[in-house]
Amino acid sequence: MDIKNIKNEFPIFTQKINGKSLIYLDSANSSQKPKTVIDRISNFYETEYSNVGRSVHTLAVKATNRFEATRDLVKKYMNAAHREEIIFTKGATEAINLVASSYGKKYINKGDEILITELEHHSNYVPWHFIRSEKGAVIKFAPVNENGDVEIDEIKKLISNKTKIIAITHISNVTGAVLPIKQIVDLAKEKNIPVLIDGTQGAPHSHIDMQNIGCDFYAVSCHKMYGPNGLGILYAKKKWLDDLPPYQGGGGMINEVKKDDITFAESPTKFEPGTMQTAEVVSFAESINFIEKLGIKNIASHENEVLEYGLETLRRNNSINIIGNPKSRGSVLCFTIKDIHPHDIATILDDDGVAIRAGHHCCQILHEKLGISATARASIGVYNDKDDIDKLSEAIKKCQKVFQS
Amino acid sequence: MELKELYQEIILDHGKNPRNKGKCDGYTNDAKAHNPLCGDKIHIYLKLNNEKIIEDLSFEGEGCAISLASASILTELTKGKDLSFTKKISDDFLNMIKNKTTITLNSLTEDQMTTISSLSGVQEFPMRVKCATMAWHTLLSAVEKK
Repeated sequence: MDIKNIKNEFPIFTQKINGKSLIYLDSANSSQKPKTVIDRISNFYETEYSNVGRSVHTLAVKATNRFEATRDLVKKYMNAAHREEIIFTKGATEAINLVASSYGKKYINKGDEILITELEHHSNYVPWHFIRSEKGAVIKFAPVNENGDVEIDEIKKLISNKTKIIAITHISNVTGAVLPIKQIVDLAKEKNIPVLIDGTQGAPHSHIDMQNIGCDFYAVSCHKMYGPNGLGILYAKKKWLDDLPPYQGGGGMINEVKKDDITFAESPTKFEPGTMQTAEVVSFAESINFIEKLGIKNIASHENEVLEYGLETLRRNNSINIIGNPKSRGSVLCFTIKDIHPHDIATILDDDGVAIRAGHHCCQILHEKLGISATARASIGVYNDKDDIDKLSEAIKKCQKVFQS
Repeated sequence: MELKELYQEIILDHGKNPRNKGKCDGYTNDAKAHNPLCGDKIHIYLKLNNEKIIEDLSFEGEGCAISLASASILTELTKGKDLSFTKKISDDFLNMIKNKTTITLNSLTEDQMTTISSLSGVQEFPMRVKCATMAWHTLLSAVEKK
C-alpha cells in the first residue's frame, strides 16, 4: 500500500458531494473507513456472528476467539504489559467516565484536587465534574498559553499534596498542541500521582507505547483510527484494574451472584458488562492492520507534510487567523476568517464538497480563554493530500466572495 | 438546494448590518438563549405598553449570518405590532422552517413577505435550523414573561 494512492482504499471517496469530489477534512471528528474494515464487518455478520464469552457452540467459540485476538493485537500495538490491561468501551468518552467514576469513588475525597488543562475536550472535564460535585473535590486547570500550548511548568506549579490524579489530553483537538505527556508522567511519578491521557487525537497520529509513556490510563477512540463507530479502548495498568471497583454492573462481569453478596470477575471482564460490540471489536483488528501496513510513523509524517502545506497556504490569506502556534502540532488546523462566522464558512465550503467542522469542538473552556465563540477546523487524515488543501483554499476564497457581495 | 438560496442578498445584508442591535431603553420584557452546538448567543429586549403593543424591540447577540439575519428580520417585522400579531408571525415562521409550510398571515406587505420568506432555505439544512429559529423562540419566551 502506498500513501499517495491511499484514497483508493476508502470507498467513500468514490461518491460526489454536491456534484464535487469529496474533500474530507474532518478526521479529528471521525475518520473514514478503509474497505478492509467495512468488509470485515459484513463478513463477520455473514459468516461468524455470535455473542462472545457465553455460549459454547461453534460460532460462539469462533467469535470469542476473534474478539480476544483483537485484544491481543491491541495489546501488542499499544505495547501494554498485559492483555488484561486492554478494556473495550463504547468510546473514549466512556473510557474516561470509567476511570473518573471508579477511581474517583475510591480515591477522591472532599478537598482533593483533580488536575486537568484548559485544552481539555468536554469528555475529559465533565466526568471529573461529576466527581467534583459528588465528593466536594476541586478541579484545577493548567492554563493554556497564547500559542495554544500547556507548559509543563504550569502543571508542575499546580501539583500539590492534594492532587489525586492528572488528566490531560495527548493532542489538543483545537490548537493541535502535542503535550509532553512522557515528561508529565515522569513528573507525576515523582509525586506518586496517577496520570490519565485522553488519546482521542493522539492515538490516530502517533506511536503510542504504553510501557514507554508509563501512564496509568490511556483512552482511545477507535472511530478516529479508521475503525468502526461505537468502540473505544481504555488502557489501564493492571494494578488499577485489579484494585478499582467496576464501573457498570450487568451480565458477564460477575464471578458469583447471591442474594446477599456479589463478587466480580477479573479484569478485563470486570469492566466489560453486557453484550459487547462484537463486530466492531473484530473489525477493529483490520484498522490496526491498515495502520501497521502503512506504519504509524509514515502516516504521521505524511499528515505533517499536508498540515505544514495547509498552514503555509492559509497564512497567505490575510483575512485568515490560524488558532494556535504550538511547538509541535498534531493534524488539526483551526482558523477564523474576518467577519465570517465559522458556521457560515462550513456551510459554504460544503457546497464545494469540502467537509470541515465549525463550532467550539466541545472545548468551551478553551474558546472562552481564546475569546472566541467558535472556530472553523480542517483536520488531516491519512487520505488527505496537498491537492485537498488547494481545494480548501479555493473554497475559502469563494466563501469570502459570497460575503463581499 | 442552491447555496445562493440559503445566502440570499437580504440575509447577507441583515447579517452584516443587523437592525435594532443593542439594548432598548425602558424595556419591560427580555429573554436570552444560546446554542450549545456553536456557542451562538441572543438576548432580546422589548418594551410592551398597556395596549400590549411592542413599542420598542432590540437584541444583543453573536452568531452566524443566518442567526443574526433572523434576529434582525424579527425585530423589523414585530416592532410596533401587538402581541397577537407577534405570536402569529412567530408561529408562522417556526412552522415554515420546521414543517416547510408557507406563511399564512395575510396582513404582510409584499416586501415583508419577501423578507421573512428569505429564510425558508434553512429548511434544507437541519444543522442550521436552530440558527434561524433561536431568535423567534427567544422572542416568544420574552413576551410570555410577566
